[in-house]
Amino acid sequence: MSQVHSGFTKQMARNMFYGGTAFFALLFAGLIFDSERRIPERSNDHAITPAVIAGKKVWEVNNCIGCHTLLGEGAYFAPELGNVYKRRGPDFIKAWIASMPTNAPGRRQMPQFNLSEQQLNDLVEFLKWTGEINTENWPPNIEG
Amino acid sequence: MTTPALKYQSQSVAKLYFIAAMVLFAGQILFGVTLGLQYVIGDLFFPYIPFNIARMVHTNLLIVWLLFGFMGAAYYMIPEEAETELHSPALAIALFWIFLIAGAATILGYLLVPYAKLAELTGNDLLQTMGREFLEQPLPTKVGIVIVALGFLFNISMTVLKGRKTAISLVLLMGLWGLALMFLFSFVNPHNLVRDKMYWWFVVHLWVEGVWELILASLLAYVLVKTTGVDREVIDKWMYIIIAFALMSGLLGTGHHFFFIGMPGYWLWIGSIFSALEPLPFFLMAVFAFNMVQQRRRNHPNQAAVLWAVGTSVMGFLGAGLWGFIHTLAPVNYYTHGSQITAAHGHLAFFGAYVMVVIAIISYAMPTLRGRLANSQKSQALEMWSFWVMCIGMGIMVLALTAAGTVQVWLQRLPETNALGFMATQDELRIFYWVRIGGGVMFLIGQFMYFASFFTGGQHVLPGDKHHKHGHDSHGGAGSNPLHAQPAQRLNGRI
Repeated sequence: MSQVHSGFTKQMARNMFYGGTAFFALLFAGLIFDSERRIPERSNDHAITPAVIAGKKVWEVNNCIGCHTLLGEGAYFAPELGNVYKRRGPDFIKAWIASMPTNAPGRRQMPQFNLSEQQLNDLVEFLKWTGEINTENWPPNIEG
Repeated sequence: MTTPALKYQSQSVAKLYFIAAMVLFAGQILFGVTLGLQYVIGDLFFPYIPFNIARMVHTNLLIVWLLFGFMGAAYYMIPEEAETELHSPALAIALFWIFLIAGAATILGYLLVPYAKLAELTGNDLLQTMGREFLEQPLPTKVGIVIVALGFLFNISMTVLKGRKTAISLVLLMGLWGLALMFLFSFVNPHNLVRDKMYWWFVVHLWVEGVWELILASLLAYVLVKTTGVDREVIDKWMYIIIAFALMSGLLGTGHHFFFIGMPGYWLWIGSIFSALEPLPFFLMAVFAFNMVQQRRRNHPNQAAVLWAVGTSVMGFLGAGLWGFIHTLAPVNYYTHGSQITAAHGHLAFFGAYVMVVIAIISYAMPTLRGRLANSQKSQALEMWSFWVMCIGMGIMVLALTAAGTVQVWLQRLPETNALGFMATQDELRIFYWVRIGGGVMFLIGQFMYFASFFTGGQHVLPGDKHHKHGHDSHGGAGSNPLHAQPAQRLNGRI
């Protein structure tokens, strides 16, 4: 608003943008590099079995994230599943998925995905492994 | 056909992109209202359109129409900035149809085929990339997006290279190249969920809180240059300051997504500190927009475009800045992560920052693409009403979701014993969800008012009109202005 020349020129602003971006991009890259090295220990990488890998695929190709959250990310329409193994246990999870949809009038419905016994077991293995990730004690309680 | 309001004939390809963007925008909101209803009428359209499918359509349409908007904006702005015709208008038109048909086929795929079947049919086994939020597109669509992006960037970059290189076009190009490069991480899907999520944020956060902000700043700067007549030097300087703060806070601000997904604990500190700085660029943007309008040297006949430009800076600050800040500190986010607070922030941030800036450029460019300097007073009045109805509708939605999220945290997250379960909590939130639908329907009405303004007649401001030459209003009194705008104050253009 003031008509006084501030002394801060367009060139200085541009250099601040380039310099600042380069500096913080390098810092970010360094931190990502360090995080990469720590992920195996924080996530029990050694416990990723073929079943966990297969379970992740079941999770993905049925678009579970479209309703649920996993470690707090996804849709907010259905419960958090990062800790569902601890909350419900393997048998409940399998029985629940198999008995969908509930067809209760007006209630939110989960589709019937027609998963095989093998796929159900893999999914449970994936959710079990996910529950062991070091998430800084998130979620705050068992309800997710 | 000649459109004398256009400086460069090849700018006219933008019209296709803008029309497609608006049609897809309409689809996005219809699915949005459906989703809102499914929150309270859980079995609505089940099993034909389950929630996850409708949500995928809602979010993917948003991404695709914003990309159409960005591309249209680039095709419109770059020839004028570079002072030369587009490198290849034919390529721009060809890529438009490829992108539109591929996008439509993808949406139909979501709606007509079970997702697992779609994954199987489209070669997800070759390279597993599907089923991750916002990146649900089948492999051929992802590859198609890369091809279209490369063709588009080639076209735009060649145009800039052969012409004048302004700060606005360079920043826009950087934003668009960054957008395309970051999208490549959508092909990275490690077996380890923590790694998967980390790289997933490289697309999602570094788009929305990184390179898209460059695009936003350049679009806003362009509209302000055109409508206020303030010196480019001043506007360029503001733009650089804004994007400097955007990237200096936003790059390490990625950390606020790394709090609870298995990343090292130091991200709690880094993410908290840098994401607390993220409102700053948006605050600067609002100061910038108001400042430029105050210092304007002309009253452009298209006052609706000015309203959208100022509006995007304010709503962007509220949505991306303020609503981001309220739950960005790690101790707060510990309770709000993945709650309806996130949904409230997401909606207002996307609308304020990106939806509104694309509408601002469309509002500025569309009349010229139709051979006018500006729409009639009647049309602009309706458009300005649509602005308020959409903003207030969105405001109601966001306040309702914020209230829902607060109660959700209270019932489900805070209690250490006897916390309510997820679905039991949802039952307690029904009233807020109904209010949200009210806001959503109001938004839909505002959107139709906006579309109606395109078809509203009256006396448009044409290039031949006295005192209006090539979009430059004279500095004359209000009497010469068909929209009776106030005479502009003439300042010397300093901040």
